[in-house]
Parts: sequence; structure tokens; C-alpha cells
Amino acid sequence: MTDNRKRTKFYFAALSLMAILLFILDIVLGSVSISIKDIFGVFFSPDKVESHISNIIINFRLPRACVALITGIALSVSGLQMQTVFRNPLADPYILGVSSGAGLGVALFLLGSSVFSIVLPAFVSKFCIASAAFTGSALTLFLVLIVSIRIRDIMTVLIFGIMFSGAATAIVGLLQYMSSESALKTFVVWTLGNLGSATFDEIRVMFALTLAGLMIVVFSIKKLNVLLLGDVYAQTVGINLKLTRTVIFISTSLLTGQVVAFCGPIGFIGIAVPHIARMLFRRADHRILIPACILSGANIMLLCDIVSQLPGSNTVLPINIVVAFVGIPVIIRIILSNKKIIN
Amino acid sequence: MNPHSIEIENLSLGYMDSLRAKREIFPPFSTAADKSQLIALAGRNGVGKSTFLRTLTGLQRIFTGNIYINGKASATLSRKDYADLMSFVSTETVRVMHLKVFDLVAMGRYTYTDLFGSLSVNDEKIIVDSLKMVGMSDFAWRNVSELSDGERQRAMIARALVQDTPIMILDEPTAFLDIPNKYEIILLLKNLTRTKSKTIIFATHDLNIALMLADKIWLMTNGKMYEGTPSELMQTSAFDEMLAGTKLKMENGEIKFK
Repeated sequence: MTDNRKRTKFYFAALSLMAILLFILDIVLGSVSISIKDIFGVFFSPDKVESHISNIIINFRLPRACVALITGIALSVSGLQMQTVFRNPLADPYILGVSSGAGLGVALFLLGSSVFSIVLPAFVSKFCIASAAFTGSALTLFLVLIVSIRIRDIMTVLIFGIMFSGAATAIVGLLQYMSSESALKTFVVWTLGNLGSATFDEIRVMFALTLAGLMIVVFSIKKLNVLLLGDVYAQTVGINLKLTRTVIFISTSLLTGQVVAFCGPIGFIGIAVPHIARMLFRRADHRILIPACILSGANIMLLCDIVSQLPGSNTVLPINIVVAFVGIPVIIRIILSNKKIIN
Repeated sequence: MNPHSIEIENLSLGYMDSLRAKREIFPPFSTAADKSQLIALAGRNGVGKSTFLRTLTGLQRIFTGNIYINGKASATLSRKDYADLMSFVSTETVRVMHLKVFDLVAMGRYTYTDLFGSLSVNDEKIIVDSLKMVGMSDFAWRNVSELSDGERQRAMIARALVQDTPIMILDEPTAFLDIPNKYEIILLLKNLTRTKSKTIIFATHDLNIALMLADKIWLMTNGKMYEGTPSELMQTSAFDEMLAGTKLKMENGEIKFK
């Protein structure tokens, strides 16, 4: 028991420290290297920092690092919730169809406006993409909630989510087939994810929604723990299953919906990070796993962002490509270690 | 007079089929369970034991009839009320990675702990005591996924124990266990009915154990619920009815070929 507590404390301290370091490193590294002195200079003695450097820090690197932090936290925590609720190690934040719904919204807007040859100014179009994504994911959630209130069996809800994703993907495919080349490219780029496009106002919105989602999670910790044992045990210790599920679904869509709206459908983090947290802390208790996911998610997303900027070069890789290279080995490991349990 | 722990009144079992038509699988019966009784629920596969237990625990709506738990009509009870009155051990095997036995057992304290599930000194003492009672003290910080079937069953019973309810219901707690473990688990349950005055109902296929240790047997045969003490039931044709259509018969409490 003491051994376990020591381990927990050690990893919490190490991960917190690493998150701070990676956050600073994420600002330092990029096409232009910036000295740590300048980073602190921007906040404490702005007049001593060259204006183009402070411009890069304040308008590009800092917002980007904040977005990486927020998305890493939001996706990891909602991934953990979904893995617990569906009792499936391969569940992710998008299992309810949130990203497919958002994708459908964005495709309808981007590809639809191209079909009708409507041209919008860039900032209007960016706002519309975010709204379309958020509306799409909110509508999906609404549908899933209706199903989950009427259907007791969680596996049926899961199948419904997958079927809805399939239908949305088919409609998106149809829209892609009919749309212009430029609209198609904008859509494809959206699906690759982008941490660098959010403005400070948008970051405020992301922060607020993430905070709201996390608050709900914190108040669901006890219920999530019992849900690990399955629906029957959860009910017989006194849980109202439908209400609990509804609350958790709302929190997941707040956390995931804002990421998809402002950064696109960023994959793998939501599946992989909860497993990394479990591997490090070796506990199933959500009182430990939730902060563990927050810290691990922040670290990994910051790391992915640093890698995606290919420090020293002028190229930036789409975040989803980097995230896939980090996520896939973890998922393979899960499958292999699960096999060990079954045999 | 005190109400029965559980009173069952004209309860029939059944379900709604896909066309929303009612399908009865077991005709109405009435019975009761009291404090300090160990009741074995026996019957062949598919006769409706699990449906009965699901109805009893409120996981499934009553088909027709009434159930009163400590005198209260079951339809008026919330999930929380149920959790205060009865704990349940299902046949489901819990396999959660990195879940410690202690954490598993602690989940039984759900209704007692605060919003975040923090355990008080008293909660911890109850968990430690329950682990001791089922002989699992040395396993508190082991992973549930590493336990043997017998050890896991004990852990699940400890989880039900810390819920501290007057009634405990177990669905086939002795399935998958070797013979000594089967006896030990049921002796443990019997002991709980004596020391803690609990009402314990368990579904089982181990007729020998039921006849030897249960205070009362509920035997579900094709279309009839028999009830009585083991010796009372032996006087009736209940077991012959249960074995009807097979090459087996009951003779002096043992099953033999005809």
C-alpha cells in the first residue's frame, strides 16, 4: 500500500514538472528558436524584447502551446470516461459519433458552400467552420442521449454510435464527391487537425468549456469507479444509471466538441493516454486516474506539438500525423497485453 | 408483528417480446423470506432463476404480482433504497486491469461515502473487517485480475458485505469453484445469517450443498415453485418433478440413475 502511494506521488510530481518544461520548450522550439530569457522577458520587461520575437511568442507560440495543453487534457479525460462507461479499452472520445457529427457539419458547410459557389471572408468562414462542427457534435450527442435513455444495454448504444458514424461518413463522402477541388482540400486539411489557428478569444471559449466538462467529471468520480464493475453492480450499489450516463455524455461532448470545433478531429490521444496513465500509476481508481490523465494528456500533446513543428525547419506537420505515430504503438501494446489477460 | 424481509405475492415471471406481447415464463407464486434464513434457489437451466433474482433486485420490472421488501412495496423503491436494503453478487466476472481488491470492496460503501468517495476511518475499518471475514486479508492490495475464481468470489462477497444490508442475494456464487471452495463459500454465507441476522438468498445447481446447509429451499420446477426446509422438500415429489424427462432420480438426498 505504501509502495503504491509513493509511486503515485512520484509520478504526479514528475509529470507536473515535465509538463511545465514541455510547455516552455513548446514556445522555445519552432522554425525560429527563441531564448528562454526572451520568453520571460515578454511578460516581465516587454520593452527589452525585439518586437518580432515578442510577436511570435504572443501571437503564435503561446496560444499554440495553450491549445495543445487544453486539447491534450480534454481528449484524454473524455477518453478515460468513455473507456469506463463502455467498459471497452478501445473506446475513445469519438465513440459517441461526436467527431463524425462535427465532420458532417463542417462538410455540409465547406462543401455545400462550394456547390453553391459562395465565397466568404476568411474570418467568417473560420467562425462558421467552428460553429458547424459544434452544432454537428451537439446534434449527434442529442441523438445518442435519446437512444441511451430508451435503451438499457450499453452495447446497443455503442452500436448505434458506430452506425451513426458510418452514416455521417457516407454523407460526407457524397459531399466530397460532388464538391470543388479547393473546398475538398480545405476539408481534408481540417480533418488533419490544427492546433495553431485558435485566437485568444477562442482559447478563452475552449478553456471555459474544458473547465465545465472537467467539473462534471470531478463530480462523477465516484460513479465512474463503480461503473468499472458494470451496469448491474453500479445499479445495485445505488446508481441511477440513465441519469449518470446522461451527465457523463454531456461532459464528454463539452470536452470533445470544443476540440473538434477549434482544432479538428484529433485522434488517438483519447484512446492512448488513459492507457499510458494506467500503465504508469497501475491503479483503476478514478481519483488517481483523472489527474493522471490530465497530466499525461498535457505532456503528450505538448510533445506531439513540438515534434509536429519539426524544430529548425520551416515545415509544420499536421498534428494528426504526429499523434498517430505516438498513438498507434500504444494501442498495439494494449491489444497485446489484453491477450495476455485473456489467455 | 415484524414484516417479512421479503414477501412475494402472486409473482409471475416473464418478459415483453420484440412485438411487445407479454410472454410468461413462470406462473404466479407466493412465498416469503425472513431474517437469519439461508435460502437456496434451485432449478434447472432456463427455468427462470436469474429472471427471478433480477426481479427481486429491481433490475427488471415486475411482470405481474407484488414484492414487499421489509414491508415496502418494491415499486416505490429507488435504486438508493434498494442499495440500502439488499446487496447483490452476480455471475458476471469482474476483470478490470489494475483494480485492487481493496478498491473493489470499497465500492460497496458507495451510499455511505461523500461525493468523491473518500473513505472515513470507519469505512476503512469495515472494509478491513469484511476482508478478514471472507479470509482475504492478505489479498487487499492484489489485483483483482490476478485472483483465482474462489478468491475473486470471496472478494465479491466482501464487497456485498460492506454494503451492510439486511438482505444479500447471490446468483450462483459456487459456479466454477472446486468442491472445498463451494462448501466454504456457502458455510461463510450460513455463518453470516447466524452472526449478522442477514437474509441470504443464493441461486445454485449444487443440490447436495443446498440440502445440507440451507435453511430453506426454493425449488423452481416446470410450472411450480416448491418451498420448504430440505427435509420437507424430500418428502414431496418436487425433486422428481425437477428431474422429470431425464434418466435421473433423487434417492435419499442423492441424485442417481434410474
